Amino acid sequence: MQHVISILVENEPGVLSRVSGLFSGRGFNIESLNVAETLDPTISRMTLVTSGNEQIIEQIIKQLNKLVNVIKVMDLTGSDFVSREMLLVRVRAEASSRAEVLRIMEIFRGRVVDVSSKSYALEITGDEKKIQAVIELLAPFGILEIVRTGKVAIVRAKKDAPPPGKAPEPKE
Amino acid sequence: MKKTGAEIVFECLRHEGVDTVFGLPGGSVLTLYHALGKYSEEIRHILVRHEQGAVHAADGYARSSGKVGVCLVTSGPGATNTVTGLATAYMDSVPLVVFTGQVPTMLIGNDAFQEADITGITRPCTKHNYLVKDVRDLAGIIKQAFHLARTGRPGPVLVDLPKDVIAAETEFSYPSKLKMRSYNPTYHGHPGQIKRAARLIAGAKKPLIYAGGGVILSNASKELTAVAQKFSLPVTMTLMGLGSFPGTHPLSLGMLGMHGFFHANMAITHCDVLIAVGARFDDRVTGKVELFSPQSKKIHIDIDPTSISKNVQVDIPIVGDARNVLRTLMKYLEEESGSVQDWAKKHAEWHNQIAAWRNNTVTPDPSCGPCIKPQFVIEKIHEITKGEVIITTEVGQNQMWTAQAFKFTKPRTFLTSGGLGTMGYGFPAAIGAQVAFPDRTVIDIAGDGSIQMNIQELATAVQYNLPVKVAILNNHCLGMVRQWQQLFYEQKYIQSVFDVVPDFVKLAEAYGAVGLRATRPEEVEGVIRRALSIPKPVLMEFVIDQNECVYPMVPAGAPITEMILL
Repeated sequence: MQHVISILVENEPGVLSRVSGLFSGRGFNIESLNVAETLDPTISRMTLVTSGNEQIIEQIIKQLNKLVNVIKVMDLTGSDFVSREMLLVRVRAEASSRAEVLRIMEIFRGRVVDVSSKSYALEITGDEKKIQAVIELLAPFGILEIVRTGKVAIVRAKKDAPPPGKAPEPKE
Repeated sequence: MKKTGAEIVFECLRHEGVDTVFGLPGGSVLTLYHALGKYSEEIRHILVRHEQGAVHAADGYARSSGKVGVCLVTSGPGATNTVTGLATAYMDSVPLVVFTGQVPTMLIGNDAFQEADITGITRPCTKHNYLVKDVRDLAGIIKQAFHLARTGRPGPVLVDLPKDVIAAETEFSYPSKLKMRSYNPTYHGHPGQIKRAARLIAGAKKPLIYAGGGVILSNASKELTAVAQKFSLPVTMTLMGLGSFPGTHPLSLGMLGMHGFFHANMAITHCDVLIAVGARFDDRVTGKVELFSPQSKKIHIDIDPTSISKNVQVDIPIVGDARNVLRTLMKYLEEESGSVQDWAKKHAEWHNQIAAWRNNTVTPDPSCGPCIKPQFVIEKIHEITKGEVIITTEVGQNQMWTAQAFKFTKPRTFLTSGGLGTMGYGFPAAIGAQVAFPDRTVIDIAGDGSIQMNIQELATAVQYNLPVKVAILNNHCLGMVRQWQQLFYEQKYIQSVFDVVPDFVKLAEAYGAVGLRATRPEEVEGVIRRALSIPKPVLMEFVIDQNECVYPMVPAGAPITEMILL
């Protein structure tokens, strides 16, 4: 089963290699990985998508926690969270198809970020299903290049949410 | 006061109570060695002949004394030569701090002379590592390194020191406090879990303690012995756990696993409650994992959460320091005792069953024919030293024969590379143990294959007049490899037999040590006694039969009840 794991790490050189090395060294698989600084510049957040049975996921989470630079590990799967991915795609768009591509973009709330006489570069953000649907719809026009960010995710605030600024405690 | 990075390193060592460093100088660390001159009163440097020897010696020092072992080596090849030692220490959770030289920061990444990305190389075989880029960070990093090495599940930590950083100056003050938001080992087990464990043990009919190296690391032997004795719980030990519980005690079943005793393997297979303490269900212990201890409820006490339910699912996990947890467990067990007065009586049937397994099996006969039996040599060493000795081993048959035949009664008296299985470990480790305990007898039980992997350290032993004794069980081959070929590879002894083996007596003499040889059983005792009476390093060579195998043996992948007994 696919799991989205959110990891807070010290923002230091070598941390990414410790995390990725852990996965390769123990035969775990990384499906996507996203890293960026948090509000606190000494901390980075990694959003990592992996899959495996319960035992493997448990081992992954324990092993991540064991890394000295890892501050906190949260398995978002199983809790209520929102995930998004951004897709940049260059699609063939010649006179006959340009209007149709733009119409699809309108429906999916995408944007054209680069134009040439033969193609459009498009930006679409959404969950996995939406990204997949866009790719399928654009495919017949001829996709020239695709760039995906991988997932980022955030936990939904509970109904009796704590005051802003205080992070809710997701299930670890 | 301003100090150079090099001086700061030694000031920090002084603050950490380090008085011994094992190392070998080279280009990148000359500034450090120059500064060492100023600290030679307080810090003793043991000059080894190969960096692998330095790490194993520091490891032997650490395992025997419980202190952190410290190494100092140069960049590039000096650093890469430490990798096997680090991996050995990492697998067996030995606290080490290894300082490596590095090329100047401005040259890092330029493929400079004697440059190696040692933090990259050692990431998977250290508990943590550091590349110090600014002299102002140095003291804080060294403080963290020692803290990480000795706390939680101990392990080796590497600190990489670029040449310009150790030459640079800064104000020095050793940080008194240390805060690491991302590192907080759990020492006290969850009381609710320990309570549940106590209830389970109190209700057990066939309980068994399975003790590993963690008992020794957390200095929990006293607590383990108290719990076992009070509640009459039989104890089996892993290779790393030998010495954690007295091997001569009636409740001791000795070692289990691939070369464990029949009764130990039978007991763990048939017990109803298994109490794993500081052990990690290694494949050499479990054999075929699906058939490992199938009927038992399992309690697992370990400080490292990743060890729990990694190979075998357990029912009651308890994350914590073995010593703390055992103390609490003792208390709760007393509360759970209820009407039970005589635990030995309560478990009598189970003890009888184990005794029956023990008595109704065949064991290899240590008595010699015309050839010397290796078990005979080991038993003689035990007999003559009365077990009052620190034993190290190499890896392979010598290691297994020792684990089976020597009855270790105290923790930190048996030093062996259990996890990584590093041939060449035993001799430098014995040197390290002898440095830690100059007045104790230290014996490395070796094979002719293993001893040649770090034989150069004889010069170190002679230079510092360390009276380490080495008992080489010489079968002119890589014995365990040959044994597997004999049993599982159609007796085709491909590349496992040595056509050339050095004359160990002459070799010892060439180094300025003493060499003794026994080729017949009646010479064994005399050789051991003479060696022990000589206050110098001594190589004892015992010529043994090449066909002698280690039994019992569980073939790899088989359940541990399916043993080849003879």
